[in-house]
Amino acid sequence: MTTQTAPIPPAVSGLPATAESLLVQHEVEQLLYLEARLLDDWNLDEWLTLYTEDARYVVPTTDLPEGDPASDLVFIDDDYNRMAARIIRLKSRHAHREYPWSRTRRFISNVMVTAMAGNEIEATASVAVWRFRAGESSPYVGRYDVRLRRVDGTLRLCYKRAILDLEELSDHGALSIIF
Amino acid sequence: MEISELVYDRPDLGKFRVHRSSMVMPEIYDLEKQRIFDTCWLYLGHESEIPNAGDYVRRVVAERALFFARNRDGELVVFHNTCPHRGALICRTDHGNAQVFQCFYHAWSFNTSGELIGMPDIDGYGPDFDRAEMSLRSPRFDSYKGFIFVCFSDETGSLVDYLAGAAEYLDLVADQSPAGMKVIPGSNRYTIKANWKLLAENSIDGYHALPTHQTYFDYMANEVGGNVPAINNRHGFGRALGNGHGVMENDAIYGRPIAMWHPYFGEESRPEIQRIKDDLIALHGQDKALRMCEKSRNMVIFPNLVINDIMAVTIRVFQPTGPDSMDVTAWEMAPADEAGSMLRRRLDSFLTFLGPGGFATPDDTEALESCQQGFRSGGVEWSDLSRGFHRDPRGNDELQMRSFWRRWQSLVADLPHVERYERGLALGETPEVLPSPELSVAADN
Repeated sequence: MTTQTAPIPPAVSGLPATAESLLVQHEVEQLLYLEARLLDDWNLDEWLTLYTEDARYVVPTTDLPEGDPASDLVFIDDDYNRMAARIIRLKSRHAHREYPWSRTRRFISNVMVTAMAGNEIEATASVAVWRFRAGESSPYVGRYDVRLRRVDGTLRLCYKRAILDLEELSDHGALSIIF
Repeated sequence: MEISELVYDRPDLGKFRVHRSSMVMPEIYDLEKQRIFDTCWLYLGHESEIPNAGDYVRRVVAERALFFARNRDGELVVFHNTCPHRGALICRTDHGNAQVFQCFYHAWSFNTSGELIGMPDIDGYGPDFDRAEMSLRSPRFDSYKGFIFVCFSDETGSLVDYLAGAAEYLDLVADQSPAGMKVIPGSNRYTIKANWKLLAENSIDGYHALPTHQTYFDYMANEVGGNVPAINNRHGFGRALGNGHGVMENDAIYGRPIAMWHPYFGEESRPEIQRIKDDLIALHGQDKALRMCEKSRNMVIFPNLVINDIMAVTIRVFQPTGPDSMDVTAWEMAPADEAGSMLRRRLDSFLTFLGPGGFATPDDTEALESCQQGFRSGGVEWSDLSRGFHRDPRGNDELQMRSFWRRWQSLVADLPHVERYERGLALGETPEVLPSPELSVAADN
């Protein structure tokens, strides 16, 4: 009797370990680590350069993690322009929830490259962002689904969907940082 | 300090003050639970959240676990979320669809009307066992144009009497589409570590908009290449709506999906937005339609419901969880049949300002928590809400907040309530409606 094993869906299987995929894995990890570092350092202008100009940054609501910005209410649905505007806001002295800036530390793990096609790569990662400010110290925990594109030899992010595992923003009151 | 003296209301002196103990004392919070949250009509949800038979939604209102559903006959039902047998929660997911509500603890089953229809080993109960007595219990509930409210007192009057002048303002939302309005999937759920009354004040406070939300106005101006709008000079007014409800109604200074075009929406959207406006004028007449389309409204329905019809329509409800914390939930509304680019534009318009990731709401949260921390500083006993007491109330004056506090005072101190409209419109009076100035990139400062 043979045991039938259902094929593992490509979205979670990762890619076979070839020399190429190991390099890509390394590149994707390094880019996500760099993003985390720039955000932790509040180096927001530099952060934006990691993104292509057709980029989209989406954070669904906690009660609808599968939310689609075209038909559902989400927390954040930024194109490149609004990402830039978000930076202007956060760098001003008038984003009161972040003035003075909170201290944050981002932990990225479980990075999996899930697809490669043409010059684009898809990957997922687990993320925890600890945020400390005004006596508050609790993490935003969730997952990134990202799409990256090689532009003139450099890997950039063209899509990030940051999905919160929290049931609600009960300790945070807002999503005032870039998650 | 007597409970009846917490609101200092002296029109003769132009002074209106609220004692800060009302924001911090656990004793006051306990009184509010008994005298406000156990007696007033409280918002539960919207009928569009349960379109089909068997649909249910669970929610906590005033610390009570409830759920509402559409029964097999298509009627709205509301239940206390507790098994009449031994107490376990019946409904343990936020929403869904069910033929039968079954308690997981001892597997008692109830139909969608709440009637007990079965339990294991029924022979263990004697001949006097009364199924009706062991059915799900309902609080008083009623719905107005799809907005569902509950009331935990039998002595309070009907919902429509309770809503008083707020009913007309709910009409201005509910009538925006012949298809009806629906709640869009996805909600904002967050906690603010501040007294719940601070959010009631903040939601109808036009005065804070420019200083607190400067980054929002800068963003909108940058986005379309114009200037920050003349928010303090726009035409508008505040008014008391009876029973503590209050509203500020102003010329729109941002685009409104229904139906005020703004450059942010893009030139291509202009004809469609104009068509919506024309249709509403044909349907409701010039005055009502112009209010719907070109005026923004921020309303508090006492004690804890906000309907803001601004750059988007939002329902916001806040449940106090102590003198210095509350759980906030907010939703967005749209015409039931809106889709495609119109819906997308509306969703985007919401996000520019509203929500935990918006360009404004996080700063309100910060302001409220800042006030709560400030109260603990001591040295100052009273907060001031006298703005505009001496004049016909403008949109960024504080009449609507005073009407909230007057009602609050009469309820917590168990005093007879006297409606006061100051120099504003009284109940049933209709405002003069003039078209709002067109929004353009050249809006002056």
